[in-house]
Amino acid sequence: MQLIINGKPRYFDDAILSVANLVSTLSLEGKRLAIERNGEIVPRSKFVETSLADGDKLEIVGAVGGG
Amino acid sequence: MSDLLKIADKVYQSRLLVGTGKYTDFAQTRAAIDASGAQIITVAIRRTNIGQTAGEPSLLECLPPEEFTYLPNTAGCYSADDAVRTLRLARELLDGHKLVKLEVLGDPNTLYPNMTETLAAAKVLVKDGFDVMVYCSDDPIIAKQLEEIGCVAVMPLASLIGSGMGILNPWNLQIIIENAKIPVLVDAGVGTASDATIAMELGCQGVLMNTAIAAARDPVLMASAMKKAVEAGREAYLAGRMPKKLYSASPSSPTTGMIA
Repeated sequence: MQLIINGKPRYFDDAILSVANLVSTLSLEGKRLAIERNGEIVPRSKFVETSLADGDKLEIVGAVGGG
Repeated sequence: MSDLLKIADKVYQSRLLVGTGKYTDFAQTRAAIDASGAQIITVAIRRTNIGQTAGEPSLLECLPPEEFTYLPNTAGCYSADDAVRTLRLARELLDGHKLVKLEVLGDPNTLYPNMTETLAAAKVLVKDGFDVMVYCSDDPIIAKQLEEIGCVAVMPLASLIGSGMGILNPWNLQIIIENAKIPVLVDAGVGTASDATIAMELGCQGVLMNTAIAAARDPVLMASAMKKAVEAGREAYLAGRMPKKLYSASPSSPTTGMIA
């Protein structure tokens, strides 16, 4: 399965079924993030129930130093 | 003696707001911010580095959101749509946090703000329930329009972002301050302590800076200097300065009792 994550295509051997599944596959569990799926924000409370499909575009962002 | 900065119904003791970028490491970031006494700190929203080493320290661990008021910014956005999208992500990231810094840039060389896009983004964000502190040009008419839209603070530039050129047009700032019913903060362009003091003496409610501290030879010492500069300028503003005179026929020492 292919997902576009932060602008880059990534291939996964096993299907990533949900946003929660993706977060754990990328070892991002416990990190403070915000995620957009195909341009729509996925609230953290809906990570488990939000399913992913081949070709989905995801943005995963965090806070960094800035002025 | 309480002279507090009030923004969107929340009060702050410190009138110095600082950025968290351009530091050598998180330890220096933390030390400088502690020395500045700032309570409101700006952060940027960026793509997470996928595959980064687990356990790598993050800004949120260095500066816990429980200790500071985060002011997520839209630095690097060149359109209203990008800015709105960025701040909606920030709100999700920070558990519904409403206070944000809107900036929409117009030119990558000067980082001068694009006020047409800024106005458009401000309208959407205010309607969407955000408390918008807005970076803007030092145009009194634009500043008034941003206030009328419902922004909680206007933040005109002293000079260009990262330039350290200081306050280039105190007269415009004075007009903006006189006309505003919301806090006016100088954002961008401060180079050294005296610039911050001048901004506060003009009647600004606060000063926001990043590079002036982070790019100093000793950022922690400069952060401490800026804290004092902002406090000094505020007190001088409240005290009310003496009028300027070309010369004075009124010496400070008694004119009687002279020995000769």
